[in-house]
Amino acid sequence: MNAVKPANKAKGTVFVREETCKGCSYCVDFCPTHCLELSPGFNARGYHYPTLARADDCTGCDLCGLYCPDFAIFAVRFRDLEKLRKGRVL
Amino acid sequence: MSEASETSDVNHASDVNDASEELEIDLPEEIDVDNPVWPYLRKDRIPHIWCPGCGIGTTVNCFARALTDSEIDLDRVAIVSGIGCTGRVAGYLNLDSFHTTHGRAIPFATGLKLANPRLKVVVYSGDGDLFAIGGNHFVHAARRNMDLLVICVNNFTYGMTGGQMGPTTPVGAVQSTMPYGNFETPFNLPFLADACGAVYVARWTVYNVRQLGRAMKEGLEKRGFVFIEALAPCPTLYSRRNKLGDGVDQLKYYKANSVVKNGADTKEVGLSFQGEISVGKFVDRERPTWLEAMDAHYAQVFAGEYVPHGGLHGED
Repeated sequence: MNAVKPANKAKGTVFVREETCKGCSYCVDFCPTHCLELSPGFNARGYHYPTLARADDCTGCDLCGLYCPDFAIFAVRFRDLEKLRKGRVL
Repeated sequence: MSEASETSDVNHASDVNDASEELEIDLPEEIDVDNPVWPYLRKDRIPHIWCPGCGIGTTVNCFARALTDSEIDLDRVAIVSGIGCTGRVAGYLNLDSFHTTHGRAIPFATGLKLANPRLKVVVYSGDGDLFAIGGNHFVHAARRNMDLLVICVNNFTYGMTGGQMGPTTPVGAVQSTMPYGNFETPFNLPFLADACGAVYVARWTVYNVRQLGRAMKEGLEKRGFVFIEALAPCPTLYSRRNKLGDGVDQLKYYKANSVVKNGADTKEVGLSFQGEISVGKFVDRERPTWLEAMDAHYAQVFAGEYVPHGGLHGED
């Protein structure tokens, strides 16, 4: 096991709702830091869903969430987490 | 989630991973962080019927962000759709939504607005619904400057019925009713809206998500007839018939060929088949809305006897 991992550079992370993904790969192709990849496995409906392949590169910019036509992925910045937990719209 | 993020040694990162594992299993109400779009959706209807790579869902994301950013009271927002793929938007959004008959979204929205002037009425429909079957209604609502936000998702075809040629299909594109290529001149939608008197006209592609969201926010705040055209790929019918690849390839085409021309003359912004796309905010001006004009006119004619229609319900 590696002794000390260098400090995590990630500023955010993504959440993926695998079962609603239709594998269009908008998020993978238009991620500014190219940190997403389509998974080798399938979801229940037979599509490759995205996974966070290079977690250190994720900035949590939520561009994947804006592009996703199936509302299956979104990203958060760690510094916004508390605000997001409180903020409910409806 | 990937293994890479689980090995992270930042404390809050491990919290996030826990939440994300919950997300994949549990209902959205039970997790800590929600997708910013979830609160606006009727969750029992997700996943939606749109094809993989369809751009309509992306425009819904932009609209949801615009609603959040504008901080508008959601009880005062009504959304009206016609028929078609984009017509499903009203069914998926958890607002006061109306799925009306084909082409009649704008007349329905006009009635809604006049019956309750406090509402912000949004018409969310496709190019075939708004400009072929409902073209006349669009022309007259824009002429009257009815206080509506009209969002047209333009995918150049009739998606739901099998890819027939529509009023926005570019010259040369192959459609199921134009198997040797289209020869009819399509509408230049921003020019049509501008000429009819819309106070705000913008066009963005679904590649320009941030700009599209900002335009929708400005449209929600603007009084009068606002027209926003969102170009979206139709990978199943338009792209496949014309051998243009799938949704991602169309977005790459938008990325490479869209040129921002804010304030451009709308005569010059017509679209050609796989040609340059002029995007931007073309028109932003002020004109009295239909209700304002009616109130001003009757206040002048009947002097003190007239009770302003919009005034009964406060502002707007």
